[in-house]
Amino acid sequence: MSRFLTRLLGHSSGRIGGVIVLAYILIALAAQAGLTPYDPLQQFRIDRLQGPSMAHWMGTDMFGRDVLSRLMIGIGQSFLVAFSSVGIAALIGTLLGLTAAWFGHLWDGLVMRLMDVLLAFPAILLALLFIAVVGPGTFTSILAIAFVYAPIFTRVVRGPALSLKARDFVDAARTFGSSTSYILTRHLMLNLVAPLTVQVTLALAWSLLTESGLSFLGLGTQPPGSSLGLMLSDSVNLMEMAPWLLVFPGLAIMLGILGFNLLGDALRDILDPRSRRAVA
Amino acid sequence: MSRLLSVRGLTVGFGRGDTAKTVVHGIDFDLSPGETLAIVGESGSGKSVTALSINRLIDDGGGRILGGRMEFTTARGEVVDLVSATDRRMEKIRGSEIGMIFQEPMTSLNPVMTIGRQIEETFRLQQGLGHAAARLEALNALERVRIADAERRLGYYPHQLSGGMLQRVMIAMALAANPRLLIADEPTTALDVSVQAQIMALLAELRRETGTGMIFITHDMGLVAGIADRVMVMNGGRVVEQGTLDDIFDRPQHPYTRHLLQAVPHFSHGRHVRRDVSPGGRALVRPALKVEGLTVRFPATTGLLRRPAGAIHAVEGVGFELMPGETLAIVGESGSGKSTTARALLGLVKASRGSFSLHAGDEIPRRKPIQMVFQNPYASLNPRLDVESLLAEPVLAGGVRPDGDTRKRMMSLLERVGLPSDSLRRYPHEFSGGQRQRLCIARALMVDPSVLVLDEAVSALDVSVQARVLDLLIDLQNDLKLAYLFVSHDMAVVERIAHRIAVLYAGQIVEIGRADAVLSNPRHDYTRRLIAAVPTTDRRRDVFRLQTEAVPSLLRPRGYEPPEAVWAVCGEDHQVLVEQRAMMGEAR
Amino acid sequence: MTYLLRRLITFPLVMLGVSVLVFVAIRLVPGDSITAMLGTEAGLLTPQQKQALAAYFGLDQSWLVQYGRWLLGVLSADLGLSVTYGKPVLDVILQRFPLTLELACLSMVVAIGIGLPLGVFAATRRERGSDLAVRIFAMIGQSTPSFVIGLMIIYVLSAGFGILPAMGQFIPFSEDPLGNIGQLILPALTLGLSFTASVTRISRSAMLDVLSDDYVRTARSKGATRRRVIWRHALPNALIPVVTLSGVEFGYLLGGAVLVEQIFALPGLGRMVLDAILQRDYALVQGSVLFVALNFMIVNLLVDLAYVMLDPRIRLGGRS
Repeated sequence: MSRFLTRLLGHSSGRIGGVIVLAYILIALAAQAGLTPYDPLQQFRIDRLQGPSMAHWMGTDMFGRDVLSRLMIGIGQSFLVAFSSVGIAALIGTLLGLTAAWFGHLWDGLVMRLMDVLLAFPAILLALLFIAVVGPGTFTSILAIAFVYAPIFTRVVRGPALSLKARDFVDAARTFGSSTSYILTRHLMLNLVAPLTVQVTLALAWSLLTESGLSFLGLGTQPPGSSLGLMLSDSVNLMEMAPWLLVFPGLAIMLGILGFNLLGDALRDILDPRSRRAVA
Repeated sequence: MSRLLSVRGLTVGFGRGDTAKTVVHGIDFDLSPGETLAIVGESGSGKSVTALSINRLIDDGGGRILGGRMEFTTARGEVVDLVSATDRRMEKIRGSEIGMIFQEPMTSLNPVMTIGRQIEETFRLQQGLGHAAARLEALNALERVRIADAERRLGYYPHQLSGGMLQRVMIAMALAANPRLLIADEPTTALDVSVQAQIMALLAELRRETGTGMIFITHDMGLVAGIADRVMVMNGGRVVEQGTLDDIFDRPQHPYTRHLLQAVPHFSHGRHVRRDVSPGGRALVRPALKVEGLTVRFPATTGLLRRPAGAIHAVEGVGFELMPGETLAIVGESGSGKSTTARALLGLVKASRGSFSLHAGDEIPRRKPIQMVFQNPYASLNPRLDVESLLAEPVLAGGVRPDGDTRKRMMSLLERVGLPSDSLRRYPHEFSGGQRQRLCIARALMVDPSVLVLDEAVSALDVSVQARVLDLLIDLQNDLKLAYLFVSHDMAVVERIAHRIAVLYAGQIVEIGRADAVLSNPRHDYTRRLIAAVPTTDRRRDVFRLQTEAVPSLLRPRGYEPPEAVWAVCGEDHQVLVEQRAMMGEAR
Repeated sequence: MTYLLRRLITFPLVMLGVSVLVFVAIRLVPGDSITAMLGTEAGLLTPQQKQALAAYFGLDQSWLVQYGRWLLGVLSADLGLSVTYGKPVLDVILQRFPLTLELACLSMVVAIGIGLPLGVFAATRRERGSDLAVRIFAMIGQSTPSFVIGLMIIYVLSAGFGILPAMGQFIPFSEDPLGNIGQLILPALTLGLSFTASVTRISRSAMLDVLSDDYVRTARSKGATRRRVIWRHALPNALIPVVTLSGVEFGYLLGGAVLVEQIFALPGLGRMVLDAILQRDYALVQGSVLFVALNFMIVNLLVDLAYVMLDPRIRLGGRS
């Protein structure tokens, strides 16, 4: 573990990505714990649309709410969605991909055809369809993103699982008479941890992007809740008057995604040097 | 006589700064026109780096020539120092003056270009020929390497040809512009032994025809004997000895050369077989493994709807007996069904027919009487498990919780196979290839088997490591009365370890018997050809017979049943399959 | 060839699966089907009217029968009626689609036109300053959401130069080529940026992979120059993953169009889907999702075709 950390910190994009992600996680936790400079819903009527100042580092919005506080809450919100959706997708995808690869035949065919159907939709459109059915909201975004991402995880797990299945050490295990559960956990899963870690990190970047996109369209987190995408869409008509409303949330989204992308790249170099295929 | 190539103080390294590492330390050698120099060494000896340095391809591979001179005399009589020549100059010299062929023909050709275009390229680059002229030359080049139906083959892509064919294409390409020097870097290592013999014969013939000088890189002393005029032995990036073929073979000076010649397995037509089990006692003991009529068929399908088209008869009616303490070697080339036989015995593939019975012996109750050791020690150990977990797996699989006794057994087995006692907490990547194979052997022995199936178990190892692992296997066999089923393509290795040999061809045993009898007096046509193809250190400058016989297809129509096997006895414990014309005729 | 034929056979099967999914999804909308079909206007109906309508549309029959009837309609180009537009769904879609298709294609041209040369260039200058610069560009490009870029562009243009990008009515290329390109170029750049970054990254790493392959060494041993090796030997092999990526990315472009059209106020299909969802025009949602999925699948089929042309191993199958 310490060896792994040394290598990660020795990797320049790993270092930068790691610091960004860690900072964001701290901010998200602080926001969840209520440690924001102001109450994000408190409206300072007199201070509406004020630029950055000592009192409000990132200025205030059209209701006079503190942008920094709302930004922190937004990051917390985005991370909540990103982590839970990717968690669910990874869990389902791993389960389906692993069993499809191992049991093969009918089950594999069934699972993979289903995934073909899901992957026949452009990702955002599938999420939109999901939201159209269930209705907008934070929880829906989580499920929608998980729903879109699960097929990708299924494919990502099935490929390496199939090649692991054909490896000699799995054959060796079968000659010993090892149980299926032993082979699946110790021989397949243990070797899938590395590619999965990489994939999860990259998926987090993508999920962050999708979440902010959905809330930008008004289909994610609903007002008066705060999310980065929502803050951006609020700024659209005010951008000439109050560019800080555009710049800070925009940079916050970008930097967060950048952090996960950098970290994912570094992890891939360290953990899984052979696979180069990104989830794009 | 003027030199073709004169190398002085060649030093090659990789990397820069802190990670810089020198891998070839100031070597000297000379090559006369038309002469063949063999560079012999094991992996890490620097032999391939030396080869790539001569035409400076090492620059592309991240290496750097750090010092020395390489004076090369071109066809026009100019002397060029290859170390200091410009890149442009080198691009003119490569292909036209120095040709090169590589170890892996399957990956050395561009998969998205037809072989015709790839051969043409040499002519276009080096002689500035136009499309039509280059095509004509390419056709000639293919015919020169004895490829039948050359016209049509020009339009083939690499994946449509076999490894042997591709290596011929590589040779055609390398010799296209009549270079004065041909560098061949382990050109036959990836090929079957009979294909190897064909390629070697071709190289020898072409060398005679063209008068090309050759540098032949190999780890196999047997191949050296067949083709080299002079030999240079490398170890650890240094030349340990060089001289004429006869000097090196008959009067080796350096201990490492002697080690390569003596300790390493070389084929000697059955003169060095084991004689430690008396062949007379066979009838008195119950066999540890008895196999009868083992048959493995895979369904074959064709077309869009995957209609069944028949079956691949991978293994057909294989039967033998294996006594405790005895080694039966199963030899054959790729596609002969030898590995499938092994895998069927372990239940990794389903036998379509046939039976086998294991007899565990009387003294100790055996838990899992048959175990297997795989070819590639890098692939057969899960990289994420430590040695203790690896060794515990067979025990766990048998439903036993590992306890103090298990640990004690681990320690004693590790010691027995010659691994350090602190190995338990370590991971596979911390061990060398030979050590990993020892680990695999220890793992197989954890459950105290009576039969060990060794599937090409030493084939992936360096020759001197091979020798030590073979010695270990023999010791273990004698101590534990283990029965070995030793699957291999390597006759030299088989000669070292086998008591009996079964020759497998197209899924059937064609000859079986005592090792010395089979090796010194092969009776089946195929066995004879196989043995004739094996390079040996006593066949010096011997030109291999050029033969082009394809392995028969194993695909049979639905419902096909092979005729009953008829055996001819040709000596005590030596049987040979009587040729069945009908079947062989159909196969061709 | 077998590979392509097999793909052609699975195509209608996957399409069938897609149609089932779309049909079932819309049936899962909370509330009864009349509401689902008519949206908010259904609230004005009496229960008797609803029942009559349900019988008329066959909604009192089993899902299977309903699906069959719907599918038959779809096959005869009848995607139903859009409540908000009061027109057949297909007409609405076909009116909106050209813009989105052109936007996606333009983005693709931008992405491949910039990304591929950039990736190849970076690969040949591995670990040097220019390689690092390209990698940083690609990393930032990949991490910037299209709507952030789009908003920044609009902000810079309007605040800095006092101009607003052309919005509103779509100008077809056939009527006013310059106006059309002028209208779409900024949205296309916006939409294409992250795709450009992906193409750059993939072509760089594919090129690096290929350059370490054995046959590159063989070509060098024949005396081919580095240039020739890169363009003649390595590039055709490195294109294979780039083509695969392009197929996947086309879907992202079609999806991303929703956001970009929203920002640049372009009347494309993406914006229409969004409006349809917000206005609960389910027939339109159903029809357009199906339509876009079909297009995406056709693009992927074309990608497979390109694949087959690029790679003789797939075209010709195993050893003959």
